[in-house]
Amino acid sequence: MSILDREKLIEVITREVMRVLSEKNTTPQYAHPNSDVNLEINARWKSPDLTGQEFKSSIQIIDPENPLALRAMEKATTARVGIGRSGERLNTKSLLSLRADHSMAKDAVQKQIDEDLLKELNLPIVQSKATEINEHLTRPDLGRQLSDEAVDFIKKNCIQNPQIQIYVSDGLSNSAVENNIKDLLPILMDGLTDAGIKVGTPFFIKYGRVGTGDAVSETTNAELVCVLLGERPGLAAADSMSAYITYGAYVGLPESKRTVVSNIHKNGIQPVEAGAYLVDLLQTILKEKKSGVDLQM
Amino acid sequence: MRLSSQLGGKSYNFDSVKEVLGRANELKSGDAMAGIAARSDSERVAAKDVLSNLLISDVRNNPVVPYEEDEVTRLIQDGIDENVYNRIKNWSIAELREFILSENTEQAEIDEIRNGLTSETIAAVAKLMSNLDLIYAANKIRVHTTCNTTMGRRGTLSARLQPNHTVDSIDGIRASLFEGLSYGVGDAVLGLNPVNDTIANTKQIFELLDDVKNKFEIPSQICVLAHINTQIEAVKQGAPCDMIFQSIAGSEKGNTAFGFSATTVQEATDLLKVKGTAKGENLLYFETGQGAELSSDANFGADQVTMEARCYGFAKPFKPFMVNTVVGFIGPEYLYDSKQVIRAGLEDHFMGKLTGLPMGCDCCYTNHMAADQNDIENLAVMLSAAGCTYIIAVPSGDDIMLNYQTNSYQDIQAIRTLLGLRPIKEFEDWMKKIGIIDENGRPTYRMGDATIFTESRR
Repeated sequence: MSILDREKLIEVITREVMRVLSEKNTTPQYAHPNSDVNLEINARWKSPDLTGQEFKSSIQIIDPENPLALRAMEKATTARVGIGRSGERLNTKSLLSLRADHSMAKDAVQKQIDEDLLKELNLPIVQSKATEINEHLTRPDLGRQLSDEAVDFIKKNCIQNPQIQIYVSDGLSNSAVENNIKDLLPILMDGLTDAGIKVGTPFFIKYGRVGTGDAVSETTNAELVCVLLGERPGLAAADSMSAYITYGAYVGLPESKRTVVSNIHKNGIQPVEAGAYLVDLLQTILKEKKSGVDLQM
Repeated sequence: MRLSSQLGGKSYNFDSVKEVLGRANELKSGDAMAGIAARSDSERVAAKDVLSNLLISDVRNNPVVPYEEDEVTRLIQDGIDENVYNRIKNWSIAELREFILSENTEQAEIDEIRNGLTSETIAAVAKLMSNLDLIYAANKIRVHTTCNTTMGRRGTLSARLQPNHTVDSIDGIRASLFEGLSYGVGDAVLGLNPVNDTIANTKQIFELLDDVKNKFEIPSQICVLAHINTQIEAVKQGAPCDMIFQSIAGSEKGNTAFGFSATTVQEATDLLKVKGTAKGENLLYFETGQGAELSSDANFGADQVTMEARCYGFAKPFKPFMVNTVVGFIGPEYLYDSKQVIRAGLEDHFMGKLTGLPMGCDCCYTNHMAADQNDIENLAVMLSAAGCTYIIAVPSGDDIMLNYQTNSYQDIQAIRTLLGLRPIKEFEDWMKKIGIIDENGRPTYRMGDATIFTESRR
């Protein structure tokens, strides 16, 4: 070991000892014989939420060569960088953080839609052929089809032959619908209407898949269909939404004919921004009369 | 050709080789959705028995997609060396299995028969293998592959560094890149999945990766996993590119759904030979995954293991630098839980290696599957024991763009230590040079400090 390395090691050890000491000073170290007092102490020393920014920020590599650069890196991405390690494994806080976020994501898949929100946005609910959540997860072929009731409802109550049909669907995350749609949908609808486009009646499809849009296209006879769909939840984003846009969709259309705008959520493309972007993009696709790989931009 | 079997006093009859292949699979939710899975455990074993007695010629003569209709079938069948095939065509699938597992069979013996095997034959033998069989058999095979560097040598475990970002921010990508490099990840490729599949964005990311690779003299290769057409255009416009990527399927219809054909792949190869930045002869990167064909209604009634094997048959003539299954990405409708994902990962790796491909694996899962991080750590260890060419790693195992989990940067280092594996030689030398490992290959305190790549150090 070189002298430099030894100095470095001493420095690392000193810092680590100081850090541990400073933590000890802020943590009750001994249990009080009276359990009521313990409860009170626990309430006062409320631990940070495992999925919150405070806890995430506390996961830090000890003694980086360039602390300023590390802070810039952490600002540049929500990926778990600068987190350090425990030997050749994750440190305990990283492990807990990962499992905490995963538990949130798993729960988002099972979440039911907030029907009050749909009422507020005037979105009637129709359903695919999937009848319950587990069938929705394992039978996308059913999720891609509209139930007979949905076809009837759309034919009776929605504008036929629109230039653009927009609708919302749960996909795999109702958190995505709840957190994005209020900002996204009105801007999109108003923008297209202001541009003089004949826009269809928006609605919500329960247990929907990307391909359900093809059935919607055939049912409404829309020129272009755009579905705002909840993506399967990730750890940093259990509420990511995508817009899948298809020109001249029909059942059995190749996936390559779709244009996708993904990662719409508070830490990705902001829903308001996405709405404005989609207003332009949808008009371009309408003008070009093609979507997906045919549309090189 | 016998298509029936007796089990437990009951007779099981099958109509076709294709049906036998489907029923003989270990249970997968995708095969169940397609209506071709065994309807009971007994039927599954009966189908395995029938399969074990079929001849290699029976399986070759019954491709699951007709030759006339499908360019993938044509590539596979036309690639057969008839001399080799004639030597083994009367072996049963059981005999093929036992030949591969024999202690007298090493890589050289497997290399000799490889070109007599169609993808259906390779899938058939995989269905007769237990999980440990798949690990044991695959470990006999190493495939050397060269882009800028050569990977795949025995004793190595390489890794793809996947620095994805939610909005393709150059600074954000660079942060994940530095973090991974500081853990010794990236000797397979520095490869990013872009959010925006545009020519300008693809070119910009190629330039970033190329800049980092050159500035720090990293012995590796770069790739931007946009659509193949986008990459071709970016290269034509001068993007620095070592290899071109595409997701592939086991039928022409599946590839059409992905928006390309064999002609496109040939065009990419020809272009890179003239305008690419790599020196080697392996210039392509393919990803696959069981269930992709069914998801685009392009499986022709065949099971997902057989369709996956056909992906490798399609890949083979193009001599890719790297191929991996993104095994748990597609979701619970194809692979329901960790048991099915682990089985599929082992099958895919074995089948790819038997095809002669430099096979890696993205050991991954999505959040709507019955799986968690423990399961893919299991799979990564099993595959590394099987001699897997490379695995994929992202910060803490969490891919913030693709919304799934794979292995962490830390996993790569731990598995190398655990199984006595190393990165490729040039990359290990580079790791020593930047000071993240010592002379014995053990981590120094610098390992995991991404800021060693930044300027104005303290």
